[in-house]
Amino acid sequence: MSAPLIMFLVFIAITLGITYWASKRSAGASAYFAAGRQIRSWQNGVAVAGDYMSAASFLGIAGIIAFQGYDGFLFSVGWLVAYLTVLLVIAEPLRNAGKYTMADVLAYRLKPRPVRAIASLSTLTVSTFYMIAQMVGAGALVALLLKGSGIGYQHAVIGVGILMIIYVVFGGMIATTWVQIIKAILLMAGALLLSIFVMAHFHFSLGSFFDAIGHVTYHDKGQEVVKDFLQPGLRYKPPYGPLDLISLGLALIFGTAGLPHILVRFYTVPDARTARHSVVWAMALIGSFYIMTTFLGFGAATIVGRDFISTHGGTNMSAPLLAQSLAGDIFFAFICAIAFATILAVVAGLTISASTSFAHDFWTNVIHKGTERKPGEEVRVARIAAFVVGAVAISIAILLGPTANVAFLVALAFAVAASANLPVIVLSIFWRRFNTAGAVTGLAVGLLASIGLIIVSPSLMAVDPPTVTGTARHLIQAKAWFPLENPGILSIPLGFVGAILGTLLSHEPTSQHKFNELLVRSNTGLGAEKAISH
Amino acid sequence: MPDDSKPTQNDQTIWDRVAGSQEFRDLMATKRIFIVPAFIFFIIYYFLLPTLVGYAPKFMGTKVWGNVNLAYLFALSQFFMSWIIAGLYVRAGDDFDRISKDIIDKAVNNKEFKGGN
Repeated sequence: MSAPLIMFLVFIAITLGITYWASKRSAGASAYFAAGRQIRSWQNGVAVAGDYMSAASFLGIAGIIAFQGYDGFLFSVGWLVAYLTVLLVIAEPLRNAGKYTMADVLAYRLKPRPVRAIASLSTLTVSTFYMIAQMVGAGALVALLLKGSGIGYQHAVIGVGILMIIYVVFGGMIATTWVQIIKAILLMAGALLLSIFVMAHFHFSLGSFFDAIGHVTYHDKGQEVVKDFLQPGLRYKPPYGPLDLISLGLALIFGTAGLPHILVRFYTVPDARTARHSVVWAMALIGSFYIMTTFLGFGAATIVGRDFISTHGGTNMSAPLLAQSLAGDIFFAFICAIAFATILAVVAGLTISASTSFAHDFWTNVIHKGTERKPGEEVRVARIAAFVVGAVAISIAILLGPTANVAFLVALAFAVAASANLPVIVLSIFWRRFNTAGAVTGLAVGLLASIGLIIVSPSLMAVDPPTVTGTARHLIQAKAWFPLENPGILSIPLGFVGAILGTLLSHEPTSQHKFNELLVRSNTGLGAEKAISH
Repeated sequence: MPDDSKPTQNDQTIWDRVAGSQEFRDLMATKRIFIVPAFIFFIIYYFLLPTLVGYAPKFMGTKVWGNVNLAYLFALSQFFMSWIIAGLYVRAGDDFDRISKDIIDKAVNNKEFKGGN
């Protein structure tokens, strides 16, 4: 049995133990959906960081920096700064005014059924897209990491899917939170060790490290190239590159605060003050991690090199290969196990936010008008939904296969969150005149604009050479109509305009009457959901 | 809807009374004084990075210390900018919590917000 496989199994055993422990504490809706609102600030901060630092950040960012240098590091920056929006604008009002989902805040002063129906649709869209991207990545990665052990893409996808279903169905939010915490601590430890090894390689001299980044050598189309990897412009080239970069920034800054699986985390803490402190904990961890991508990414570029990475699994393998070349096979196995833990924890977080939204928003509040017909029905429906969501994600990931072009799905998730969710949450909290028609049009326009623009963007529209086959090919073989990969720069304003126009063209006195209630609740915490007491 | 936790029976008007009170206006003013400038500052500071890197890559490539250039230092400074704003916000947040607590105590215990009946 290979070393990575043994470490995977250890992680699985520990997390299943936690799930068993959590399953006994998950009775009741508040315990199942919101961990009884008893999570401490540091715990929630670590869990938020865990939810956020997906395999895309750990393996993806290290890979992008290793291949495209400085431009890749810009992702790292945006991913942290985005938390200022969460901290200053969203976390506290959401905790004060909501119960289990983001739609709770909207439903206060607006007509609950239409608003919850479309908010739930948006949540499910974001979560499912994000999850499919993670699952395809997970399958390809696990198959690559465990090469030689007989575990292929399909086994890996099914394994990851079954584990995430077990965590969520049996352990609810308590288990998901603790899986997240363990994974985040492992990830931080792994990144720190790797950074120290990289610096040891350069005899702890930052000067010689940055000098090495100044002349990275690799082969491009048979030619040897030497580039300064600290110079901007290796990825985002004119004419549209700079605009794409700004558009990406917009999607990150406004999208993070609209990601359903991040938002639900703030319901797990006792009050707004704890929510605020937990964002700061998360920012400390997320910031430290993304600063370390300097060592991971540039370390892989200088020590391992693009040429070697390309022939040994591609960009996503940059960090594991760096570990292998610096400290041998056991450390390689450890980093692989961390990558695996990262994927598992993130898909579990996505599953619980999707199933909560389905059960709480759609089943209880839209179909059954806000009442449970039997006690415990909402939790039971959520468990079934988690199972279905998991099964659907497994099937789609297997159908698409390991080489599918899915990276755009993460960009899409951020774009929908920024263009549909964030405008209506913000306007609902801050604009007295805002109403149901505005929320419904805002969500619909934001959702459709993001999806529409991505479909006609270079992510899905391009002419592939005949050597590219199957699902790796672009969906539409033609020149892209919209030149940017990130639709944010257009879709976010469209979401806001939709919400504002929808409001101004309709009249709904009750939503204005109830604004004072939401204003007082969201700002003071008066009447907020309490933690379960022991 | 979590309506069972409303502080009084007279809930039609209590929210309006709290919203109109001096304490609540103080709370909103205290929050606004911090949050609005902090938000505007961080948005400008952050979007300067992709704008400068995108449209003035030569200038941002200027070397400052060894091979370390302006582009990298400006990107790195964003991390510290975020942490500093977060730290300041946590300090400001103690004031929000204090005023909020007063408002909640008054709303729950004091006749002031409960009105005529």
